[in-house]
Amino acid sequence: MRRDDHMPQATRRRFLIETAALAGAVGIAVPLAVKPASATPASMRAAIRKVVGEAALNKGKVKIDVPPLIENGNAVPLTISCESPMTADDHVKAMHVFTEKNPQPNVVSVQLGPRSGRATVSTRIRLADSQKIIAIAQMSDGSFWSSEAEVIVTLAACLEGV
Amino acid sequence: MARALINAPAKAKRGEIIEIKTLISHNMETGFRPDNTGKPVPRDIITDFICKYNGQEIFRAELFPAIAANPFLTFFTVATESGTLSFEWTGDNGFTANESVNITVE
Amino acid sequence: MRPIAAVVFATAVLSATAIAAEIPLAERKSGYEFMGRETRAMQDDDTVNPAMLWVLDGEALWNRKEGSAAKSCADCHGDARASMKGVAARYPAFSAARGRPVDLEQRINICRTEQQQSTPLPLESKELLALAAYVGRQSRGMPIEIADDERTKPFLQAGRELFTQRQGQLNLSCAQCHDDNWGQKLAGAAIPQGHPTGYPLYRLEWQALGSLQRRLRNCLFGMRAISYPLGAPEYVDLELYLMWRARGMPVETPAVRP
Repeated sequence: MRRDDHMPQATRRRFLIETAALAGAVGIAVPLAVKPASATPASMRAAIRKVVGEAALNKGKVKIDVPPLIENGNAVPLTISCESPMTADDHVKAMHVFTEKNPQPNVVSVQLGPRSGRATVSTRIRLADSQKIIAIAQMSDGSFWSSEAEVIVTLAACLEGV
Repeated sequence: MARALINAPAKAKRGEIIEIKTLISHNMETGFRPDNTGKPVPRDIITDFICKYNGQEIFRAELFPAIAANPFLTFFTVATESGTLSFEWTGDNGFTANESVNITVE
Repeated sequence: MRPIAAVVFATAVLSATAIAAEIPLAERKSGYEFMGRETRAMQDDDTVNPAMLWVLDGEALWNRKEGSAAKSCADCHGDARASMKGVAARYPAFSAARGRPVDLEQRINICRTEQQQSTPLPLESKELLALAAYVGRQSRGMPIEIADDERTKPFLQAGRELFTQRQGQLNLSCAQCHDDNWGQKLAGAAIPQGHPTGYPLYRLEWQALGSLQRRLRNCLFGMRAISYPLGAPEYVDLELYLMWRARGMPVETPAVRP
């Protein structure tokens, strides 16, 4: 599927709804007329700043496990894991997930500790569009580590009517 | 009516790292979806989840509208002693749900 | 319509339907095989499958006393794991009392009204879906096998006609996508063959469990065709045909689909 990063406010989901409804969409006015608020790379950076403060964001240690091609943005399996001995002196304190183009940048924040054993968390998230996902791990020594993943979100054909 | 589904081992060895899987029934209305007049349907989501092991918090999560409906969350913990794993979800409009399972640690 | 025009029209319709070729039995694939690895993993693992929330609800409803008869499903049918094994695999089934096939949800409501002396559960309600999912779950892995006999034959034919007739603003038939073009892409998604092996199922698009009727209405919407009213016999005839078309394939209820 062609990736078109120059699409205006209308998200890829809206575009796909229109094409998947096979061109007869003129009569269906209502849901497509509303343009939801969407995060911008700037608002995502602001949300990340709130968590990280002025500390440096190092690249590495945290891994994002997400399918690169997603069949439906409503329920995307996501696993975030971070290498760490998870001892009292050296463990992951928290992990945070952000997206670039969802209406709101925050996805989930989890608090861990030495009792966690393993810094691995799985969930299912919503993605409004093909975009970048960013995961940040906060260590017990105060350092922050981040990683990102690009995903393409497609849509099933033959959706529900209004 | 079943609201939540917990999968955790009933038995574990002391020091073993166990995986806990949780699933709860909830629409997670984002607050961004338009109704059929074009107005956004108000947000109604689960916002917090806590797991306690014999009363001590071992895992906490803050959930946002980007978490899919019927929130699924898995995490790990070290099996330290026999007892109870308790789970609490709270959210908008006074939503609360509780579940607990027992674990035997040898 | 003038006789000659009628003959020409009939020929055109017949040749249109003759073009759609049925999928050879050996080439049939479940929608499961068109999904990504992660979605398949969601279906394969009961600890992860969101549809299990409904199955658990269904189990609770199975044991709940209902209606003025104050009977639960269990009171007549005992343990569903034994008594319901294989049931969903042979639905829709012929109801002698009604003189036509009924689907599983209709059968559940017949029990509710006639045996439990209670009210029927609304179509697409959480309770009805939960019971259908719980009953369906007991047939998981078993081959689909609906009766193809004198009684069901006319309804099977009606279902086949619904499947192969062109309809809607796009003048498309189900067969054109699901018999002739399965495996090709439609708006980025692979077209499956359309076998109802896993209903009721958790559709990621719905973010909930839903029935085959709901999915068929989505199809009709996509085709820009008028949906039959909720609970219409057309859906049951079509389901009968689709289950016949999927004969021998294993039940996957409750499945997950994108």
